[in-house]
Amino acid sequence: MAIKKMGNQTVKFSNPPSIISTASIVGPKEGEGPLKDYFDIVLEDDLYGESTWEKSESKLQKKSVNNALNKASLSLSEIDYIFGGDLLNQIIASGYSARDLQIPFFGLYGACSTMAESLSLGAMIVDGGYADKVVCVTSSHFSSAERQYRFPLELGNQRSLSAQWTVTGAGASILSSNGNGPYITHVTTGKIIDPGIKDVFNMGAAMAPAAVDTIITHFNDTGFAIDDYDYIVTGDLAAIGKDILLDMTKEEGLDLTEKYKDCGLEIFDNEKQDTHAGGSGCGCSATVFNGYLYNLLINRKINRILLVATGALHSPTSTQQGESIPGIAHAVSICTNIS
Amino acid sequence: MKNINIKDYSKYVDEKIPKTNYFKNSFRAFIVGGLICTLGQGITNYFNSIGLNNEEVSTVTAIILVFLGAFFTGLGLYDKLGKFAGGGSIVPITGFANSIVSPAMEYKKEGYVLGVSAKMFSIAGPVLVYGYGSAVIYGLLYFLFTK
Repeated sequence: MAIKKMGNQTVKFSNPPSIISTASIVGPKEGEGPLKDYFDIVLEDDLYGESTWEKSESKLQKKSVNNALNKASLSLSEIDYIFGGDLLNQIIASGYSARDLQIPFFGLYGACSTMAESLSLGAMIVDGGYADKVVCVTSSHFSSAERQYRFPLELGNQRSLSAQWTVTGAGASILSSNGNGPYITHVTTGKIIDPGIKDVFNMGAAMAPAAVDTIITHFNDTGFAIDDYDYIVTGDLAAIGKDILLDMTKEEGLDLTEKYKDCGLEIFDNEKQDTHAGGSGCGCSATVFNGYLYNLLINRKINRILLVATGALHSPTSTQQGESIPGIAHAVSICTNIS
Repeated sequence: MKNINIKDYSKYVDEKIPKTNYFKNSFRAFIVGGLICTLGQGITNYFNSIGLNNEEVSTVTAIILVFLGAFFTGLGLYDKLGKFAGGGSIVPITGFANSIVSPAMEYKKEGYVLGVSAKMFSIAGPVLVYGYGSAVIYGLLYFLFTK
């Protein structure tokens, strides 16, 4: 019997895993943004000494895992599994980084929701007693994403005003069955919600309903109230998605205005950095969570957050064939204190 | 959550999207596009003045402008101009050069055969196909109705 299941889509952990260490690395543009002081490493060159963008992204992942391990004085051999994902075809950034790390590897694809997906699955494995320590890591890279989803970098076109800017960066979290928190206490796994948006330059609108659905389900399943949380943080809904989410949750009787943040709006200063609607990509929630939010949690500036990473599960092929963009959002409830 | 009506949602989302400032964009496109064309006219006048015939002048002017488009793409400047000017730098022949050189540069890592040469026309290809296609149709109509 699923004794840890709560409501329709939520799991409550009986031995909540601790996030004992995190690491974050970002590219130069993210390093000029409002959160620059919270990242472990800011690259000066987004090729990171490699010959291709893809290799650079893979190195970002590897480096963030190693960094997180170093901070906790752990070695690779003490990690039971790695849960990794990215945006590239066949998730090669993760595959190649796991090749070098030599840790048993689960490759994940949840588009920009992958950080929450990896934390969800990692926490379930640890709570279930299948592992003592796991690493959850995700990455994205502006240049590798542009060439896969959009146009060559040097093409002289204009970006749409609703477009988002893929974050160059990677973040890693180490989950452990022993530790002093912050703890992952609940996980609400999202369903795919497709509101029929076909414009790939408006992904906030494609993903916002999925985030609304997951957040409402989380509150229904757990019985939590909004005030139980310090922040409810979505992954990369950005400016347009944020507006839509606040409107839609209000219609459902939840007013999130005071508690709501979006990683895509935190990481860039849209006006100054010309990032249009805001940041996006797996690396967006990965770096903002593992850099900024984790810092606030361990310093007890906040006690409980709901991280709701959002993903757009389309591909260039589905877009060209006229399909709409399916949205998904996974929620991870993280708390500093479980007594 | 309530079910989403796709039509209503799409209408609602359209209202959320920031509006493009068409006046500003058109003005910039007009200025930059105009300057590129003036440069072309200057080149044409120069070669005319040194005695080339009209056909030769057109060829030389096109060669020089395509070279400049490619050159500034290579220097990483044409995309910045394009961001500012939009259609003003896409429509002239320099923009056509940019649309060929930028994928050629981007996909060099995938090799000279499957990267550079295969991807080179990924943006300009449709322009060529439908440009030549419509030229053939126009030529046929011209032939049928004027002969």
